[in-house]
Amino acid sequence: MADPILSVRGLETFFHGDEGIVRAVDGASFDLFPGRTLGIVGESGCGKSVTARSILRIVERPGRVENGSVLLRRADGSTVDLVKLDASSREMREVRGGEIGYVFQEPMSSLSAYHTIGNQLMEAIRLHRTVTKAEARDRAIELLRMVGIPRPEQRVDSYSFELSGGLRQRVMIALSLAAEPRILIADEPTTALDVTTQAQILELIRRIQEERNLAVVLITHDMGVIAEMADAVAVMYLGKVVETGPVDAIFHAPKHPYTQSLLRSIPSVLAQPLSRLATITGSIPHPFARPAGCPFHPRCPSFMPGTCDTGAPGLTRLAPDHEARCFLYDQPRETSA
Amino acid sequence: MSTASPPVLSVERLRKYFPIRRGVLRRVVGHVKAVDDVTFSIARGETLSLVGESGCGKTTTSRCILRAVQPTEGSIRFLTGDGRQVDVAGLPRAELRPVRRQMQMIFQDPYSSLNPRMTISDIIAEPLLVNGIGDLDARRRRVAELLDVVQLPRAYMNRFPHAFSGGQRQRIGIARALALNPALIVADEPVSALDVSVQAQIINLMLELQERLGLSYLFVAHDLSVVKHVSHRVAVMYVGRIVEIADTATIFARPRHPYTEALLSAVPVPDPRKRAKRIVLEGEVADPSNVPAGCAFHPRCAYATERCRQEKPELRDAGGGNLVACHRAAELELRGVAAQ
Ligand SMILES: Nc1ncnc2c1ncn2[C@@H]1O[C@H](COP(=O)(O)OP(=O)(O)OP(=O)(O)O)[C@@H](O)[C@H]1O
Ligand SMILES: Nc1ncnc2c1ncn2[C@@H]1O[C@H](COP(=O)(O)OP(=O)(O)OP(=O)(O)O)[C@@H](O)[C@H]1O
Ligand code: SF4
Ligand code: SF4
Ligand SMILES: [Mg+2]
Ligand SMILES: [Mg+2]
Repeated sequence: MADPILSVRGLETFFHGDEGIVRAVDGASFDLFPGRTLGIVGESGCGKSVTARSILRIVERPGRVENGSVLLRRADGSTVDLVKLDASSREMREVRGGEIGYVFQEPMSSLSAYHTIGNQLMEAIRLHRTVTKAEARDRAIELLRMVGIPRPEQRVDSYSFELSGGLRQRVMIALSLAAEPRILIADEPTTALDVTTQAQILELIRRIQEERNLAVVLITHDMGVIAEMADAVAVMYLGKVVETGPVDAIFHAPKHPYTQSLLRSIPSVLAQPLSRLATITGSIPHPFARPAGCPFHPRCPSFMPGTCDTGAPGLTRLAPDHEARCFLYDQPRETSA
Repeated sequence: MSTASPPVLSVERLRKYFPIRRGVLRRVVGHVKAVDDVTFSIARGETLSLVGESGCGKTTTSRCILRAVQPTEGSIRFLTGDGRQVDVAGLPRAELRPVRRQMQMIFQDPYSSLNPRMTISDIIAEPLLVNGIGDLDARRRRVAELLDVVQLPRAYMNRFPHAFSGGQRQRIGIARALALNPALIVADEPVSALDVSVQAQIINLMLELQERLGLSYLFVAHDLSVVKHVSHRVAVMYVGRIVEIADTATIFARPRHPYTEALLSAVPVPDPRKRAKRIVLEGEVADPSNVPAGCAFHPRCAYATERCRQEKPELRDAGGGNLVACHRAAELELRGVAAQ
């Protein structure tokens, strides 16, 4: 396989509040390849969005990237560590929205209600490229057509609130692609949408990825969407990536007890009607009450007393592209990882 | 379903039109046909799920049944505990109350549906208090019993909701709904705000309660995977109307309405080896204030013919247990999702 276009290593992002520290991202590592989709999956609060925001360097205060690196391979072949850049520097602004496009969870709050979608697109185009206004407008219409918006010549002058949820999300995708990025980070791009609209948007992302050899980070809590879209998967629990691997291995030979439990507990359209679901005992701990040792230990069916509740397991390589963070595979050491 | 006893709920030709008013005189210039001629019934111990895209009228249908909104037309017959069938749609407020007790609601958002200033005990006992049932002692005993039923420790009784997780709050909501021994529970997206692992616990709890207490559920959901796990029968709605209704196994394996087929096809399957060519529905859901003529689904239907643009299909028996509103139901070979 080609070299990764983006490598995240040991990323840690904490929020320092009055009540204590929230370790929102507490050791995330993964690679992203051109033309491929990496799915990041996990339950609410596990740190998916903060991971995305850390890569883009837009973590809001009191949050801060504390450790780790985010290596971006640029178009000219050089590599830059985004963590080392000043978040508001010119270089970082060029990366953000330029080399890395992004679509966020709430399209309504990401689109302005005061400017037409055309003006927002034109602004994004002209931010990263010197073109005339007329050229930018033509390009905006072309982008709207590309994301499947009917009558783009008319729609370019409409406002976001005049559009349905599905069309709005298409506009968001058009906006994220305005500067022709090589990476797209999509954070729950279909969560608020109907399944039918979701299918349209996923199809759109797939098509554009193919046309442009785009590397995609797809963040979702929906295992179905992951199975449908991802080439590789990173599973997160309480800020940690607990398992990464090819999509087939994650679904058919998962190694981490959390991945295994999560997969068993999801409802499926293929299930027998009225069949019970397997459950994971307990619930996700409050961010201030993070368990010691392996954070999954209070809920883990393979919990080993004296081991799992004392030290934190490191990532163990199980196959060239498959890793898990669990003492079943990692011998406990004196110093915790 | 057995015909021995009448259904717990029997909804007939239900309509709810919301007026659209314009101008200084607030003149009615049109109507949102949120629910437009809906008929179904639910037997004792049965779960019927309402599914369909956003805005198709699922919530409005359930709000009519609970008389949270006044239906425009139609009847909603409910079988009361003493065996009478009363039409909730036309009941005066005073007579409504004892009937309303027997149908309860579980809400989508466990966060906003519990009063943050009340203890768990007060929240669960509230329906008892409001209806003047039992003294303080009896109410506390009932609360303890209900906490057992929803599998929460009795020790939680004196705590406040903020100390609980989403799944625990949903259990508290369910305990409150059960306080008055209802026969019917209307659950509008009860698990869609929950994490997957917690969602599984709540789904199992609802299934268990149904078995133990013989509850009937009207289950509103947009997640067809969840619906597959909880329902005996499924009704698919499109722009205010039921387009297909059948038992769960049948409708998933062998849908007879093109809209059901498209909905099922759009559901992502949690298995990368089963990636399939999806039917991607073009266009958008029709506007309920401006419903297309003929079959409302015709602008998006891959099988539409001239007749579909003119004539509105009625819901009728298409064989195999499905009731379908499609002119071509008998001839089309539609694709479902196979069971495992
Ligand atoms: N601005 C903030 N201040 C304090 N804590 C925060 C802030 N933003 C996020 N967090 C915390 O960081 C953790 C990770 O949050 P994040 O939004 O990344 O979760 P997520 O995986 O995206 O969840 P969801 O599926 O709900 O979107 C959570 O515990 C959250 O409460
Ligand atoms: N009080 C109201 N006044 C006017 N229109 C309404 C009112 N309540 C609902 N509607 C409209 O009725 C239609 C049906 O809405 P309803 O909430 O029943 O849909 P739903 O199927 O529950 O959708 P969702 O999946 O988004 O919850 C929609 O077009 C909605 O905008
Ligand atoms: S380290 Fe221990 S508690 Fe954690 S997942 Fe592995 S077996 Fe379970
Ligand atoms: S009646 Fe016609 S348009 Fe409507 S669903 Fe059937 S085939 Fe399609
Ligand atoms: Mg998020
Ligand atoms: Mg609703």
